[in-house]
Amino acid sequence: MCTTCGCSDNTKATVTNLATGETVAVDEHHQHDHAHHHTHRHDGHHHHHDDAQSHDHSHHHEHGTTINLEQEILAKNNLIAERNRGWFEGRNILALNLVSSPGAGKTTLLERTIHDLHGKLAVSVIEGDQETINDAQRIKATGCKVVQINTGTGCHLEADMLARGLKQLQPPVDSVVMIENVGNLVCPALFDLGEKSKVVILSVTEGEDKPIKYPHMFRASDVMIINKIDLLPYVEFNIDQCIEHARSVNPDIKIFQLSATKGDGLDNWYNWLTNTVKINGESVAAL
Amino acid sequence: MHELGITRNIIAIVSEQANAGKVIRVTLEIGKLSAIMPDAIRFCFDIVARDTIVDGATLEIREIPGLGRCRECRKEMRLEQLFARCECGSNKIDCIAGEELKIKEIEVN
Ligand SMILES: Nc1nc2c(ncn2[C@@H]2O[C@H](COP(=O)(O)OP(=O)(O)OP(=O)(O)O)[C@@H](O)[C@H]2O)c(=O)[nH]1
Ligand SMILES: [Mg+2]
Ligand SMILES: [Zn+2]
Repeated sequence: MCTTCGCSDNTKATVTNLATGETVAVDEHHQHDHAHHHTHRHDGHHHHHDDAQSHDHSHHHEHGTTINLEQEILAKNNLIAERNRGWFEGRNILALNLVSSPGAGKTTLLERTIHDLHGKLAVSVIEGDQETINDAQRIKATGCKVVQINTGTGCHLEADMLARGLKQLQPPVDSVVMIENVGNLVCPALFDLGEKSKVVILSVTEGEDKPIKYPHMFRASDVMIINKIDLLPYVEFNIDQCIEHARSVNPDIKIFQLSATKGDGLDNWYNWLTNTVKINGESVAAL
Repeated sequence: MHELGITRNIIAIVSEQANAGKVIRVTLEIGKLSAIMPDAIRFCFDIVARDTIVDGATLEIREIPGLGRCRECRKEMRLEQLFARCECGSNKIDCIAGEELKIKEIEVN
């Protein structure tokens, strides 16, 4: 079960700065407060103690002290995420966390957006993937600043990885940082990175019921992009039904329909972006 | 599928808070709509706890049922999943309980 998913195990995550080609570990002194054991025993032997110990155990059980913790399990991540959020706010940077299933078109939409808004909006990118720097190289080809985070077995980005990535990226003030998360509609919903909004991308080849199959992600997102609408004539995809599903999970979700390759519908997305970024109180769209 | 990572977080927090005492019970509150499966946490718990001060502790999980409130008529209702329709016809339902993911208390000696 869990062995396919190394969530929260940051020990193997790396950050690659595409400008320098340098790769560093996200947290070389990352330590859990417990020893890692890779020999899994499922026979329950570890519950057995010798007589003296088990007597000891039950004795103390009656007199143990209860400590009321009321502690959020993801508190550590949330704390770093809040720090990232403050970092962005202080620099007037709009940070968006792009999430989707693998292949929905995140990188394609980024390439296109960077290209089309060139000169209007400064964009830099944090790329998250388990392996390879392919996506970062695609983004680098657009001429924008990019840093690749490889999560290894981890199936999502976490706030401390982003913090490390930002140090390398050094995005300018009054700009946009796009964070392309690992293709996965489950785990990234749980891990705040400090972004302003999550943007969930759903392509029309995936089926209109994705919002109710993965409700947490659609609830956590402020924006839903329905991508690949150029393929609508060839697939069975009921857009109205999809929107209805998304709104039933998240009544406030903002929705764009577009084709990142053909360009249909991109204007609305660009308008939203340029209206959201304000420089000296004025939206970039008005400049 | 992310429960192993979550369990590592739990053991790390408990180890920190226990002040080197031996932990004999860990009580969690997990909302039924939190995307976390209690059984998977139970499965991971003993494995991750081994050779830590949490080793051998009893894991108690209190599941918190989902509760929603209709935006239109303010009626509250049980939620079995994150979307629902109110009797009044509205599907604008806010989730007001059931997404908890918390270490409630621990028992230490
Ligand atoms: N027809 C069509 N294809 C698209 C569109 N957008 C992206 N694609 C194609 O979909 C495939 C995947 O696109 P990517 O941009 O790599 O998707 P991604 O979400 O970044 O993928 P991962 O990072 O691997 O999760 C590519 O072959 C794109 O050309 C679109 O609007 N229409
Ligand atoms: Mg990509
Ligand atoms: Zn109602």
